[in-house]
Amino acid sequence: MKKKNRLVVRTVILAAVLLAVGYTFYTNFFANDSGVVQAGDKAPNFILTDLEGNEVELKDYRGKGVFLNFWATYCEPCKDEMPAMDKKYKEYKEKGVEILAVNVSEPKLTAKSFADRYKLSFPVLLDKGNDVTNHYGVGPIPVTFLIDKDGKVIQKTEASLSEEVIDEYMKRIQP
Amino acid sequence: MSNKTITCECGHVNPYGTEICEACGKPLQGDLESKKLLNMRYEGSARRSQTYKTTIIDKVWNFFSSVKVGIWIIVLLLVSSAIGTIFPQEMYIPPLSEPSEYYREQYGIPGQLFYDLGFHNLYGSWWYMLLIAALGLSLIVASLDRFVPLYRSLKKQRTIRHESFMKRQKYFGITKVEGENPTLSKLKEVLRKKKYHVKEEDGHLFAEKNRFSRWGPYVNHIGLIIFLIGGMLRFFPGMYVDEVLWIKEDETKKIKGTEEAYYLKSDGFILETYDNNDEKFKDAIEQSGQEVVAKNYQTDAVLYKQVGDRIPGTEPELEKVKEHPIQVNKPLKFDDYAIYQVDYKLNELQSMTFTMDKKDSGESFGELTIDLYNPKDEYKLDEGYRVEVMDYFPDFEFNDKGEPTTKSKIPNNPAFILRMISPDHPDGEVAFVAIRKNLEPLGENDYKMSFQNVDTKNVSGLVVRKDNTLWILGIGGAIFMIGVIQGMYWNHRRIWIRRKEDEVWLASHTNKNWYGLKRELETITEKTGIDMPQDQSEQK
Repeated sequence: MKKKNRLVVRTVILAAVLLAVGYTFYTNFFANDSGVVQAGDKAPNFILTDLEGNEVELKDYRGKGVFLNFWATYCEPCKDEMPAMDKKYKEYKEKGVEILAVNVSEPKLTAKSFADRYKLSFPVLLDKGNDVTNHYGVGPIPVTFLIDKDGKVIQKTEASLSEEVIDEYMKRIQP
Repeated sequence: MSNKTITCECGHVNPYGTEICEACGKPLQGDLESKKLLNMRYEGSARRSQTYKTTIIDKVWNFFSSVKVGIWIIVLLLVSSAIGTIFPQEMYIPPLSEPSEYYREQYGIPGQLFYDLGFHNLYGSWWYMLLIAALGLSLIVASLDRFVPLYRSLKKQRTIRHESFMKRQKYFGITKVEGENPTLSKLKEVLRKKKYHVKEEDGHLFAEKNRFSRWGPYVNHIGLIIFLIGGMLRFFPGMYVDEVLWIKEDETKKIKGTEEAYYLKSDGFILETYDNNDEKFKDAIEQSGQEVVAKNYQTDAVLYKQVGDRIPGTEPELEKVKEHPIQVNKPLKFDDYAIYQVDYKLNELQSMTFTMDKKDSGESFGELTIDLYNPKDEYKLDEGYRVEVMDYFPDFEFNDKGEPTTKSKIPNNPAFILRMISPDHPDGEVAFVAIRKNLEPLGENDYKMSFQNVDTKNVSGLVVRKDNTLWILGIGGAIFMIGVIQGMYWNHRRIWIRRKEDEVWLASHTNKNWYGLKRELETITEKTGIDMPQDQSEQK
């Protein structure tokens, strides 16, 4: 009887410690940090203005696949993927895939002259004060979110993408 | 298995593994006739962990019950904490550097190793946290396994102890006496004066004081565990916030860590210094060897609360909560948060002013001020004159391909490509304008941009803090100290006195401070005419 009690006490104490440590590890290493958008999440809506001053709302793209890219002119890997993105954009636009390239809080003029120089045809959005960038939990750029036609993030990638990869991604979000 | 108990000749049933009978003190293991002193650690009680080894739970339990294991955990923690100080922690490396590269570049292979093993963020690395968890578990298990049997032993001890128990105490002596009670009652009186609790049975005495001192280590461990729980709670959502917030004058920013609920505006940063000519401070300033001595760092802050919902990217609707000048150690407080003044940057470039001049005559055709965070496309000057901004690089440099580019979005080294349009040149002349640089990339121009002045703003470095675990850490720390004091400043002393025919036997034990016990025994024996007992550990 006494021995049985002892085993119960030991089990309870070990379980309590394991539970506490497990939860701490979970919140610290595995849990979705609040505000960090990841694959599987619903893409948070936002409203930003493009270089022409038009308001663009993510929600309006429901039904289309959205290739959401975060970039800046001081980020070389971001610049590297731009020409391929533009090429694929022209190919997939008719198939219902849109590119939204969010500039991470640079002056409009800097972003605009860059877009002109690279002859970018997709909308470049200005994120003044990093509001949307922070909301999506974007750290080092470039970061690309693939959003399907239902507004769900199916992948997040932090790499500079090649033409082949972009092509493959576009196919995945094509409605 | 269940009857693996030890029944002593006094009739008391001891748990398996007991070395000294809990009740009468008879040594249960080893040679009864041995003259060796008894090992009184944990009262010779059975440390249960070392006796049952059946299920996996018991095996885990026994592992953590070992003091040896506990000490190893502490040593590992100490060593890894020490290694963590060899190179700077992640939070202290330059803010824009990538840790995975920084450590290798700065410190070579040891740096790379340091990073790979997670020493760069020591307190957040999984194995360090596991070690802390193991320490916590070891504290709980080892304490419980020792406290319970010790408590039992001390609770069950009888007034009369076995002869061989007494003989094998460090202090033991036999005095021949004649007559009956005077000695015993005198002893009782003297012991009571010395604050002993005295029990008597059949003409034998047992005096004990400060037993509570034995609980000191366990109280201390409870404090430590509470402290560790407090530390653990920092990782729970909503318990702890520690964020840096850089805010420029006239800027309104979302306050990190407040769940998007609050915004802060800076109405200005002030750095005040002491007047070097003031009689009162003159000498002190001179002695300090500094040219100026700071008197005040202050951010005039306005706190706003966001009203209603907001879609990211849109302007928030703000409601003013309060204004507060944030000074060092005088934070802005709201809800559970406090915003502290910790750093500043003075004179960050904000805008640049130029005039457009004709080179030969030096005549000026108007002035333009370019906001370095948001330049306009075009600036109108005097009739017929204007300047178009063709490109802007806030932090100018040439990249590997020799193209002009920007290193960051902070205007550390602003450069412009401008088109100057005048009646003589309706298509414009192109000028590259940077700090102390004026190039004419497309041939010589008739007009030039003349730098006039810059406008700067100060930036405040603030820290947003919230810590709902402080009170737990406080309580844990207080209990920890109580435990230390309890165990350190009192000694658990016991004296056994046994009447045997015309002899008085006296044995004594203390858990620490034998010298103090000796002094006390000297007074007691002096006052009662009993022989001072021998220190048996010295007779060899």
